[in-house]
Amino acid sequence: MAKTALYDIADKNLQGALASFLQSLLADDNISAVMVPMRQSGNDTVMQTLVTDPEQLSAADPFSPAFPMNAARLVSRLTKRSPGETVATVLRPCEIRAHIELVKLKQGQVDDIIIIGIDCPGTLQNNDFRKLAGKDPESTTDRFLTAALDGKTQFDEAVELPPACKICTHPVPEGADIGIGIFGMDIKKQFLLSAGTEKGEGLLDRLGLNVQEPPDGREEAVGSIVSAREASQGEVFAAVHEKTDTPEKLAEYLSGCINCYNCRVACPVCYCRECVFVTDVFDHDPFQYLRWAKRRGKIRMPTDTVFYHLTRMAHMTTACVGCGQCSNACPNDIPLAELFSMTASHTQNAFDYEAGRSLEEDPPLAVFREDEFAEVVEIKH
Amino acid sequence: MDDFEPTIIAFVCNWCTYTAADLAGTSRLTYPTNVRLIRVMCTGMVDPKYIIKAFLEGADAVLVSGCHPGDCHYINGNYKARRRMKLLKAILPRYGFSEQRLKLTWIGASDGIQFARTIREMVEEIKELGPNEARNAAVV
Ligand code: SF4
Ligand code: SF4
Ligand code: FES
Repeated sequence: MAKTALYDIADKNLQGALASFLQSLLADDNISAVMVPMRQSGNDTVMQTLVTDPEQLSAADPFSPAFPMNAARLVSRLTKRSPGETVATVLRPCEIRAHIELVKLKQGQVDDIIIIGIDCPGTLQNNDFRKLAGKDPESTTDRFLTAALDGKTQFDEAVELPPACKICTHPVPEGADIGIGIFGMDIKKQFLLSAGTEKGEGLLDRLGLNVQEPPDGREEAVGSIVSAREASQGEVFAAVHEKTDTPEKLAEYLSGCINCYNCRVACPVCYCRECVFVTDVFDHDPFQYLRWAKRRGKIRMPTDTVFYHLTRMAHMTTACVGCGQCSNACPNDIPLAELFSMTASHTQNAFDYEAGRSLEEDPPLAVFREDEFAEVVEIKH
Repeated sequence: MDDFEPTIIAFVCNWCTYTAADLAGTSRLTYPTNVRLIRVMCTGMVDPKYIIKAFLEGADAVLVSGCHPGDCHYINGNYKARRRMKLLKAILPRYGFSEQRLKLTWIGASDGIQFARTIREMVEEIKELGPNEARNAAVV
């Protein structure tokens, strides 16, 4: 059983308690900085911020539903080589899992960070976040949490959780050194701190917090969230499958795509430095377009759209963590997260792999065994 | 569909299957002309996107064929090819490219007969199956 502690919330002020918890991390001799989502001055934007001055942490807002990017990309920037000091990074479960994938791809490491994971009740896409925050930015997080922890997925007439969050079956930060738990907790009184690693246990000890068991309702609360998510995942995947089960239907699903490649830029696990689709390989000669058009009587411009998406599926879905940033980044509202998560469930299943589950499991396309997958070889003699 | 002549794109490794195809030719074995051979140094260099592209361009089937396990001239290219085949079989059929259109075989350098037979059987099977689902849809 992981070591757990309860952190008291003074004056029903969750934000204040989180800020003082983060300040106590900065006060630890081993931690030089904290990276945490923070309200940016002057507007309602919330963005990851690397903080060394404890005073600044009063603007920390780790439970804000804002999710402008998957922070695994930022953690990778901080850890591609050892920074020489330790940074505590506050991350959502899908950000932790994406970071684990990047570590396995040698684009980051975990030695110089302490991962503070949060229970994630969900996020909002950029436009929706702005709609919700617009009215009263100060209270956005509180309003969101109150509704989300009550099981709501709709927050305003036009603001609801994106599909990626509705179908996410990993709401609890597995793999974190310390998790901040709010499911099944009375967040006017206490949040839960649970150490998931030795590093986390050591830190809990140093912080001098009383080791306490989580309250009774905790496990049940998590269980019921996960089963609700599993149910909607099944429904969503079935609906996407129905819409894409022929090449023509897939093309129709993607017909609004303008090949801007924002989805792969936003994807935390699209790991290539330069995507082949932006290289000269796809800088076709003008005559080529005409040749294609002549062969079929017409050709959709831009070209190579279905090709791009199928190739991306082949290249990265074994690492897809279902964070939904591809959908969030798409200027044409193509429901990519569902499509990629569904494909990921098949490719990860094929290799008995789960993205972000463990640092010990090799990425499926990076290894092989001599004796395996005989079923895909046609003639065996 | 009697007059349907499938187009099969075959990625064959230089050292085994290509040599086998060559041998089939020099031994005057006959096999259908539906196949377009693409010689690659090793099946380990066949990126999934080559196969995807072939299907989107209307190929009715794709064959990847190389050395038997243990015989790859680059030691393990064929094991990587097998993983990629596993991967593509988890993706393409979901989008309506039937699984039968995608094949991996090991055909050694001295096995011209096996090569000719494989192509014959494949052409028969794909004739039965009909044209690639993406052939007439302008899907690229
Ligand atoms: S494909 Fe989409 S959902 Fe999957 S990891 Fe990338 S951005 Fe996240
Ligand atoms: S972000 Fe949207 S429009 Fe841009 S390439 Fe991706 S799917 Fe296409
Ligand atoms: S050289 Fe033939 S499969 Fe590698």
